[in-house]
Amino acid sequence: MPEPLTLDVTVAARGVRIALDAAPGEIVALVGPNGAGKSTAIQLVAGALRPDEGSVTIGGAGVADARVFVPANRRRIGYLEQRALLFPHLSVLDNVAYGPRARGVPRAEALARAASELDAVGLAGFGSRRPHSLSGGQAQRVAIARALAFDPDVVLLDEPFAALDAATTPGLRRLLRDRLQGLTTLLVTHDPLDVLVLADRVVALEAGQVAATGRVDEVFQRPPSAFLADFVGLNLLRGTLDPGGAVRLEDGPLVAGMSESPLALGPARAVFPPDAVSLFRTPPHGSPRNELPAIVAAVEDRGLVQRVSLLVAGQRIHADVTSAALSELVLAEGDVVVAVVKATQVTLYPAAADDRRAAGEDRPVVGPFKTE
Amino acid sequence: MTTGLGYPKWALAPMALALALLALPLLGLLLRADWARLPALLMSERALAALRLSLGTCLIATVIVLILGIPTALVLARSRGRWATAARTLVTVPMVLPPVVAGLALLTTLGRRGLLGRHLSALGVEIGFTTTAVIIAQVFVALPFLVVSLEGALRSSGQDYERAASYLGASPTRTLLTVTLPMAAPALASGTALSFARALGEFGATLTFAGSLQGVTRTLPLEIYLLRESDSDLALALAVVLLAVAGLVVWLATHFRAWGSHA
Repeated sequence: MPEPLTLDVTVAARGVRIALDAAPGEIVALVGPNGAGKSTAIQLVAGALRPDEGSVTIGGAGVADARVFVPANRRRIGYLEQRALLFPHLSVLDNVAYGPRARGVPRAEALARAASELDAVGLAGFGSRRPHSLSGGQAQRVAIARALAFDPDVVLLDEPFAALDAATTPGLRRLLRDRLQGLTTLLVTHDPLDVLVLADRVVALEAGQVAATGRVDEVFQRPPSAFLADFVGLNLLRGTLDPGGAVRLEDGPLVAGMSESPLALGPARAVFPPDAVSLFRTPPHGSPRNELPAIVAAVEDRGLVQRVSLLVAGQRIHADVTSAALSELVLAEGDVVVAVVKATQVTLYPAAADDRRAAGEDRPVVGPFKTE
Repeated sequence: MTTGLGYPKWALAPMALALALLALPLLGLLLRADWARLPALLMSERALAALRLSLGTCLIATVIVLILGIPTALVLARSRGRWATAARTLVTVPMVLPPVVAGLALLTTLGRRGLLGRHLSALGVEIGFTTTAVIIAQVFVALPFLVVSLEGALRSSGQDYERAASYLGASPTRTLLTVTLPMAAPALASGTALSFARALGEFGATLTFAGSLQGVTRTLPLEIYLLRESDSDLALALAVVLLAVAGLVVWLATHFRAWGSHA
């Protein structure tokens, strides 16, 4: 059962003082520089660490405070870290059945559940394999199945893709997006794409404290802190996927792009890096390009490049242009320009989960490609 | 650096001498043994009594070593600090202690007039010069081999998998039985084999603490010692048995260690 999670704790030895919460079924991304307290937060929820002061609650019940400490094995935590840590002496199926078995589920029932979890991660038929015969991506899929096989109250993801090669990551990210539907989750990551694809909300930690928090789309468009601005490093435009396969913004302009997986009609997002944007006074009319009317909001000298903040259909994006290009344009705040982005540099994603819910869509369409 | 052998050439000479020193006596033993009469010799009453006693006591001693040694190795592997260092040192003492001294120590503690034995004797429990004494002496000398071998493996394997098990809901005991020990199986197996071998070869402590009573405390090594003058053929036959067991144990121990490095 997805349960609400609250954390309001002090760990003196690590200089950590964190208060955060997650609603039932919410996926909260924890980001921040190394040593900011992300791992500490995860360990506190997992039961690997006891707070000096304050409390951790899961489903409204205290699991760690001044009087109570529920050990890790009596919490219902689905924990996934960089390494899959599959037990090498057990078959893949027995690995996945381990959680249910440890929680008293009869063997036959646990094995049946494990088989269906393996099926759900695209590894049906791998049950009798030994962990050492799996690729890194397959092992991590088994680890996902194992972490979810006992219906955890809370899922903890500690940089789950950090040890995988880049080609494996997108498929696993899609899989997790599918499998985490409705599960209260804390996700620690250094990758803005993880946040974009998986999270509902971002909590930025700095020096052991919560420095900023916000809905994912807001954080991408208006990063509330310098760290988040650097972390995000990508433009995001919200709109609605139209039947032509492009995202239509509120005021009419269309953003064409490519997507990693088939998208459902409805709320969607277009994401592209600031250096993919070039600015013109008048439309250059070259296909296949996106031409977006924009209003200059600010110009910031960043040394090598000039960062121009723009409003497109009321949403903020950034363009990184050279000083030479900028001096040719002679931009001032309030000027109307055309922001041009090549369609090949735009990636389309489904909207954040809360937008999808608002649009009345229960489940995203997940493609036929569950395996790598 | 692939040039050179990695050692001076003269090192081969002492090495050849060392190998000869180790191999020649074993070869000599095998050549002197009366192979034709070996089955008949081993079926004699004296031989059977010694074989039966040695096998029985060693099996019991090995089980006790496992029961005491596994938790000891686990606690030591997971502990730091002064008392853990002290306990670790204590556990290795029997490996360097002369067995006769071990036997004397056991006798002065558990013997009829010993520190504890006096009270046990008053309760009607006699340990000295019984089969129980044989087993206690074997456990005393064999325990370190299991503890040292298993502790090293547990320490180097770390606790990541055990933590994973606890997140999956396994209690500490369940984690020990389903993750820790199965993953340490190679070290556990080779440690067990070495302990069994040490118990089987035990002589000095047994003789001192348990004496040499046929069928009661006279194990194979003691019988070989007694027979070496009076019936050297039987002594050699029994020695061949011990040598075979030793060879088997060494093979098993290295086999299990290799298995561990591939897992």
